[in-house]
Amino acid sequence: MTTIFDLPSVSPTARRDDLSPAIPGLEPALARRKALRVPTLAEPQIARHYTKLSRMNYGVDDGLYPLGSCTMKYNPKLHEQLVAMPEFADVHPGTPPRLAQGTLAALHRMSVLLAAIAGLPAVTLQPSAGAHGELTGMFLMKRFFETRGEKERNTIILTDSAHGTNPASAALAGFRVLELKSLSDGTVDVDALTNVLDEHTAGIMLTVPNTLGLFEPRIREVTARVHEAGGLCYFDGANLNSYIGRARPGDMGADVFHFNLHKTLSTPHGGGGPGSGPVAVAEHLEPFLPVPRIDFDGERYGLDWSPDQTIGSVHPYFGNVGVILKAFAYLLRLGDQGLAEVSAYACLHANYLQHRLKDVYKLPYDRLCKHEFVLSGEGVAEGVTTTDIAKRLIDFGFHPPTVYFPLIVHQALMIEPTETETKESLDAFADAMVAIAKEAANHPERLHEAPISTPVRRLDQTQAAREPILRHPFET
Amino acid sequence: MRYIPTSDADREAMLSAIGLSSLDELFADIPAEILDGNKPLGLPSLTEQEVAATFSQLAQRNPAARAFASFQGGGIYDHYVPAIVPYVLSRSEFATAYTPYQPEISQGTLTAMFEFQTMICELTGMEIANASLYDGATALAEAALMANRIRRRHRIAVSRALFAGVARVLQTYAWAAEIELIELPIGPDGRTVFDHLPEDLSAVLVQSPNALGIIEDLRGVKDAIGDALLVVSVHPISLAIIEPPASVGADIVVGEGQPLGLTRSFGGPLLGLFATQERYIRHMPGRIAGRTSDVDGRSGFTMTAQTREQHIRRQRATSNICTNSALCALAATVYMASLGADGLARVASASARRAHDLCDRLEQISGVSRLFPGPFFNEFTVRVPQDPSRIHRALQQGGFLIDDPSDLSRLGVENAVRIAVTEKRTDEELKRFTRVFEEA
Amino acid sequence: MTYPTDYRYTKDHEWIHVEGNRAKIGITDHAQAKLGDVVFVELPTAGTQLTAGDALGTVESVKAVGDVFAPIAGVIVEVNDALEAAPDTVNKDPHGEGWIAVIEFTDAGQLDGLMDAAAYEDFCNQ
Repeated sequence: MTTIFDLPSVSPTARRDDLSPAIPGLEPALARRKALRVPTLAEPQIARHYTKLSRMNYGVDDGLYPLGSCTMKYNPKLHEQLVAMPEFADVHPGTPPRLAQGTLAALHRMSVLLAAIAGLPAVTLQPSAGAHGELTGMFLMKRFFETRGEKERNTIILTDSAHGTNPASAALAGFRVLELKSLSDGTVDVDALTNVLDEHTAGIMLTVPNTLGLFEPRIREVTARVHEAGGLCYFDGANLNSYIGRARPGDMGADVFHFNLHKTLSTPHGGGGPGSGPVAVAEHLEPFLPVPRIDFDGERYGLDWSPDQTIGSVHPYFGNVGVILKAFAYLLRLGDQGLAEVSAYACLHANYLQHRLKDVYKLPYDRLCKHEFVLSGEGVAEGVTTTDIAKRLIDFGFHPPTVYFPLIVHQALMIEPTETETKESLDAFADAMVAIAKEAANHPERLHEAPISTPVRRLDQTQAAREPILRHPFET
Repeated sequence: MRYIPTSDADREAMLSAIGLSSLDELFADIPAEILDGNKPLGLPSLTEQEVAATFSQLAQRNPAARAFASFQGGGIYDHYVPAIVPYVLSRSEFATAYTPYQPEISQGTLTAMFEFQTMICELTGMEIANASLYDGATALAEAALMANRIRRRHRIAVSRALFAGVARVLQTYAWAAEIELIELPIGPDGRTVFDHLPEDLSAVLVQSPNALGIIEDLRGVKDAIGDALLVVSVHPISLAIIEPPASVGADIVVGEGQPLGLTRSFGGPLLGLFATQERYIRHMPGRIAGRTSDVDGRSGFTMTAQTREQHIRRQRATSNICTNSALCALAATVYMASLGADGLARVASASARRAHDLCDRLEQISGVSRLFPGPFFNEFTVRVPQDPSRIHRALQQGGFLIDDPSDLSRLGVENAVRIAVTEKRTDEELKRFTRVFEEA
Repeated sequence: MTYPTDYRYTKDHEWIHVEGNRAKIGITDHAQAKLGDVVFVELPTAGTQLTAGDALGTVESVKAVGDVFAPIAGVIVEVNDALEAAPDTVNKDPHGEGWIAVIEFTDAGQLDGLMDAAAYEDFCNQ
């Protein structure tokens, strides 16, 4: 695998005066001594190198990406064009509000729209990702109890199907974590929950629908019980695509809710980021929202630094504006009708795939799912794992689903097709999964050796961990 | 053009296959009172053309980009971005791909991550770097948390001269993690004073160039702080011509990577840089790509040391981070590749030279002088004879933007303004800037 | 998998080999097989005091992390530093060279509740 450091360097055509020492008064020992080992290349070399690299990737424009809980829907190209306009792209965050009324108006409007979608009164746009939104939510809850003199409320309850960022975020905010085992049908055990609620409860973190793709039928009871015990309810919004436009977390009892704009609201995943994780809160948490907030006095948009009970800031400026503006364009495009269609087709496509695959793979929870469902690779064939199935799917031209999550299903395969697929592509995926199940029984070696059609085949993870090479070894 | 490609016929076929007769029946598992509570946003559906028109109207209320020359800084700078950078970012295989958990079909992303990590190690002199965090401010906060994990202490000394946004974020994280922050003062030369450090520190945090623009001299600091970790927050472009923090024994280096080929976009998305030494790898947050071989012996890249991360360690993870700033890291990688070592040095030198040129011109104005004698890179602070907000306004009227002077009051500095200059500012602009400044 | 009959075993898949007032501890063959290729062992420091049930270290593979718990209260007197350079010893010889630490204990009574080799094999097969 060639990196930029393997390409032959072109001689630099530096002008002498450009390289003369430039910092008067700098102690000589503080001037750089060793040259950077970044090669000097010509543009054609760089264009070819990164074009070649891109062809070794698989994006949403290449095909179905059924990653459960990631919502890999189509990323509209208009949005890229809009945020690239210099009026939006070339503005420093310290620009006086008077000269940035366009961006501030969009951000303010976006806060209002997100609040309406959540069914909660106030929103912060600062968090840079879903996990960052979770952390912000934990900070808000911590501050809430602090101001009420309830510092003994130090425990967050979460389910055994929770995404790893949930306990990680709670722990980072200084909370203890208490894991609640789900019932055999995958839902919250309300009785067990009641037993663990006490004066140490700060609250609960829930994903709705849960990471099995199942909507909690007793959701309002769950949140009511937590509230009765004096706790707050945090909803992880990763699965919002399943009910957007039709239901609101505020009506389910959520006090805090985070959005993943790079999931539900179509902004591109970028190979791992950047994202944006705005947080909506109930009235009693509004005083603690991060500063600065964006306000509107009827004529002008401005920055509000006043909230004196604020937790402070979780972003050095206002949030990932470039990402937020793309999501804003998406909301404008879709409107109410479009949003209701999103959740409808997301759920239709998931239930259709579940129907096509339930007699071929083990389906631990055979009921109406929302936008995603979980299969198990167990029992497909002796010695065949979910990893083998996933790798063989690559040879069939698909990105594998999420694997080995949630933890409560062994050999899990979590499938979320999203609404931006045709029946044709769903059927092609289902056909591939069926073919692989047959291969597993009759030619398991094809799965064990998969993938065979990619630029590299299975990589030695153990070697990577035991002998880490984490940067280019210039010395050798 | 719609985004949902399902035809009516296919919708009916799928509904029929699953035994339902309408889309609404897909929501039978949501309690009726919740569905009934839903309120529409009151938003019509707009065509692509209408959305574009809406944004054009908003753009008209954003004159900052076209009608003003930027002398703003604070970690975010107006550097020239070569056209090859947006070209690479526009490749949808990069832009629309997910986190590379399936390495066989993600060698593009993973190779670029490895290149980025290498380049950050080159800039900072450190042994390992992660594939990015959200921004320089949260990167500094994560470094503080990491130092606490390593030393099992909760007290950190931090220079007063951090950029305002960075200081605020650090304070918020410190409050939540119950970390005692002790402020280190700024001396008469504009540099942080490291005398009289408290005991039992897990770390000492300093920014260089600092919030007054002054390049810190950190030689000897590591020896004076016992076993506390030395954490330095850097300006990545400055490191092309300034000796990197590894030389003074820094344990962790963080920074804001926006100057490396990212647009400013009103402050986000940004790029958190994070580098440290190999001995601390188990404590480092964020994703890392490593080189390895496949079953045929071919070399390739994969994410490694994942047992630090949330999807395995959950509440005992080094951080909760999942999504990072991957595409921005790709932008920075292509930026650095397209400039090369010489190009980066040229950008750094040109920015520094123009900043010094402007500073010299301004000092010709009576009553205007450098606030501190310490050396600066591309950002400096000058004392002004009158109310700094008057200068700020006058410059604005002249078509120039500088940072809000109130940033400086936070540092105990009155009657001064901070100015940043990059290679994009022309001689003509510097001349006119000086004239407007003088007339104010 | 054969389990040494003079060792004792915990429900968390550690083994203990008692010699006098010292207990050598490691993870069992069952545990190492489940974890996969071990890439790192987080060792305790000599001199650390532990109560029964305290986590004294971890064993990491590429995709999982397993805690190692102290089966008995005592102080760590020896640590298998060789695992730093060769963590795969835990896979190759989990009951022998793959030992992790030695605890010096005072209350032998705490060992009573532990399983013998036969009971442990049954436990694994459940």
